[in-house]
Amino acid sequence: MKREIVIIGGGPAGLAAALAAKEAGAKDVLILERDVRLGGILNQCIHNGFGLHTFKEELTGPEYAARFEEKVMETDAEVWLSTMVLSLSKDRVITAVSREKGLVTIEAGAVILAMGCRERSRGALNIPGFRPAGIYSAGTAQRLVNMEGQMPGHEVVILGSGDIGLIMARRMTLEGAKVKVVAELQPYSGGLKRNIVQCLDDYGIPLKLSHTVTEIRGKDRVTGVVISEVDDRLQPIPGTEEYYSCDTLLLSVGLIPENELSTGAGVELSRATNGPTVNERLMTSVPGVFACGNVLHVHDLVDYVSEEAAAAGRAAAEYIANGQPERSGGAEIPIAVGGGVRYTVPSAVDPAHMPELLTVRFRVGNIYKNVYTSVYFDGERVLHRKKQVMAPGEMEQVVLKRADLLGKNVGKITVTTEED
Amino acid sequence: MYDVAVIGAGVIGCAIARELTRYTGSVVVVEKGEDVCTGTSKANSAIVHGGFDAENGTMKAKMNVLGNRMMTRISEELDVPFRRNGAFVLCFQEEDRPALETLYERGVKNGLTDLSIVSGDEARKMEPNLSENVVAALWCPSSGIVCPFELTLGFAENAAKNGAEFRFLSGVTGVARGEDGFTLETESGEIRAKAVVNAAGVYADRIHDLLLPHDYTVTARRGEYCLCDKTVGGLVDRTIFQLPTKLGKGVLVTPTVHGNLLLGPTAEDTDDKEYTATTAFGLADLQKRAALSVKSLPTRQVITSFSGLRAHTDVDDFILREAAPGFFEAAGIESPGLTSAPVIGEMMAEKIAAALGLSKRADFDPIRKGVPHIYSLPEEERRAYIEKDPLYGSIVCRCETVSEGEIRDAIRRTPGATTLDGVKRRTRAGMGRCQAGFCSPRVMEILSRELGLPLSGIRKNTPASVLVYGKTK
Ligand SMILES: Cc1cc2nc3c(=O)[nH]c(=O)nc-3n(C[C@H](O)[C@H](O)[C@H](O)COP(=O)(O)OP(=O)(O)OC[C@H]3O[C@@H](n4cnc5c(N)ncnc54)[C@H](O)[C@@H]3O)c2cc1C
Repeated sequence: MKREIVIIGGGPAGLAAALAAKEAGAKDVLILERDVRLGGILNQCIHNGFGLHTFKEELTGPEYAARFEEKVMETDAEVWLSTMVLSLSKDRVITAVSREKGLVTIEAGAVILAMGCRERSRGALNIPGFRPAGIYSAGTAQRLVNMEGQMPGHEVVILGSGDIGLIMARRMTLEGAKVKVVAELQPYSGGLKRNIVQCLDDYGIPLKLSHTVTEIRGKDRVTGVVISEVDDRLQPIPGTEEYYSCDTLLLSVGLIPENELSTGAGVELSRATNGPTVNERLMTSVPGVFACGNVLHVHDLVDYVSEEAAAAGRAAAEYIANGQPERSGGAEIPIAVGGGVRYTVPSAVDPAHMPELLTVRFRVGNIYKNVYTSVYFDGERVLHRKKQVMAPGEMEQVVLKRADLLGKNVGKITVTTEED
Repeated sequence: MYDVAVIGAGVIGCAIARELTRYTGSVVVVEKGEDVCTGTSKANSAIVHGGFDAENGTMKAKMNVLGNRMMTRISEELDVPFRRNGAFVLCFQEEDRPALETLYERGVKNGLTDLSIVSGDEARKMEPNLSENVVAALWCPSSGIVCPFELTLGFAENAAKNGAEFRFLSGVTGVARGEDGFTLETESGEIRAKAVVNAAGVYADRIHDLLLPHDYTVTARRGEYCLCDKTVGGLVDRTIFQLPTKLGKGVLVTPTVHGNLLLGPTAEDTDDKEYTATTAFGLADLQKRAALSVKSLPTRQVITSFSGLRAHTDVDDFILREAAPGFFEAAGIESPGLTSAPVIGEMMAEKIAAALGLSKRADFDPIRKGVPHIYSLPEEERRAYIEKDPLYGSIVCRCETVSEGEIRDAIRRTPGATTLDGVKRRTRAGMGRCQAGFCSPRVMEILSRELGLPLSGIRKNTPASVLVYGKTK
């Protein structure tokens, strides 16, 4: 079957993209979602703190998702639930499967990748020891507690201070579990400051920076873990081992964009984000394939996901309407990074196709205090803004104006941090 | 009263049980664990060895070569993933070349006709990612890779189909000889049989000692591994061994039948027969050694690590015998045990049948069909399955693309999956790069529904491996 815009993933990114595409005049929008409901990861995030930017009020994850879902349902966008996309080709042919529809092949005019991200697993960390029950990724534990109403354990150690881990430290405590410690490999937390305060400090849960789990004990069920301090090269320091008895180890050690389908389609990935590289229209290296949300780069606030996804939705609608040019190679200005900036999204802009105001999001690779964010057009500094603290856990942004770039023959844009 | 009780449901016990069902007479497999394939058979290199490694004249050499030859037929009969991908043994220094030649000659004496020694350049032509430091290599085209879970399950399910019974969570604690046979004391009650087979892996010496004076000691020799993501499964197509040198036995780099890349194993003796933990030293060491074989080792793509225990004996060869009248042993079955399983099964069954005077059955059915892996089938077949049963269209494990239908099937088989790991070994759900993070709650739900147990009754593997403790507040 032929469809105009097919969105893979019905989480916050997919929903916002669908809505924006419809608002921009797209006729035919189809969302494919593998879960039994829309909303993606938000369904298990029953804590507050969503939507401060978008709705100016504090919503829970499911409430935030519901608002978008209602709006999408008011349009004639079509949603297929319990539908797993198996593959995507570079000509935008999708194969999907579901109980109701069986195997389906869809030729899409445009595709928006909105599959979200997944958690890094224990294996990727190569933690030595046994492989007992009781080791969960924070997200799996969150699903067990919040959606299945099941207690994954009573005495908990958390490795990694990503936001889901922090949130789960509080959640498990509220459910009566004892969270003994959160160990973080880096000298800084990967989570939002507000989560450290509200989820750890308020409950007296210690956060041990520059520490990691160096052994897992217990053959059947976890009985304890050994935590060691690490040096500057992140290697455990002998003699610093400390044993914690516990029945549960939660891992919150990073999120990786879900990129199986992207790679299958030949989409070029960024080494810094592990997600696709995109241009000003959030189009990937494969024409007509757009990306947004956590599949593009991992976000910490859903509001930014919705904003970014809306841009992708509009761009896809425009692509269908105008049969836009391929990725315009020569006319694109690359965005380079400098200082502590790890990456930017997008990583290139074509002034002819960018919106009036283009938000460029980025993350830094360490904690920076009282440094400037600067933007250069070739050698000329066009933005210089001081910030008290910048941290890897918090996404930053700068806004580029189309008027500043159009017809100016800029060869390179640089986003960087500077001491002065 | 059974005719034969086989102790141990590893690949060896299951192969013997399957071959015994070719004969008249009843068979029971008595297993300490909760499932088949919970011991050494689940954690090894999964290589169907060519047969050049074992010393001339040993049982290991004989069984290896015969087992390798049988594997094609067995894999077809039992629907087991198996591929003859060939193997190289790498030589990194001119001065080690004589050792390579010794290995070649040993292989020839063991009966191999396909061996050759090739230059480093020739080897690199076939395997472009081999290290530039390789000066020569032994090439063995008949070496292969197999799925050790499916091989063990294939024997077990086919044995069950032909009438063998399985008793799990039934560790044998006593063996006594009576008038007309043996009485096994087990954790789930007594079992009586005319003949007993000791196929208890690293515990074989303990079983032996329950009946007979101490004779041999099984030392658990641990081997640690790292398994890498399928994206790098194509780094090499053949199994890459290293020539043993003064520095040690060397480790292998091999694709698995499912397309992952496997690195390992280390070798370290432990006096704890349950010590399947990995160690920081072991994992670092094996990666360092594996890195010698190839140009660049994708250590960032490791998705899991594990270790297995070799049943090493002081005899240093397979012990395959009738140790006392009616008491048979398949002990010390370390590598190449997986390779040898088909012929060990056949040979032991013959011995036992002769001793008990059993005759061949006419109605033995050698064919077993595995749980269908719908998403590795050609599109037409896949479509047909989904049309017949929509549950095959409901994907549970997204990394390995496993459907709810396949998981249900795995639970309903005999012997069926009762745990998360049982489902994993039968369907691969949870084996992929997210290592069950996403699918385990779903698999737990399906197990709960199929087995009629609450979620808190579902286990990862052993009865003590509790997953969740019941309802939240
Ligand atoms: C690191 C490593 C790498 C290897 N690589 C290869 C290879 O590449 N190729 C190859 O051919 N072979 C290889 N092998 C060897 C192969 O894995 C073994 O030879 C084979 O799996 C042995 O099978 P088994 O049935 O004897 O043992 P197991 O699989 O251990 O089965 C024994 C069973 O007996 C049960 N049991 C023990 N005690 C009792 C009791 N008291 N009552 C009831 N049940 C009991 C155990 O629970 C277990 O299930 C390797 C082994 C290791 C450790």
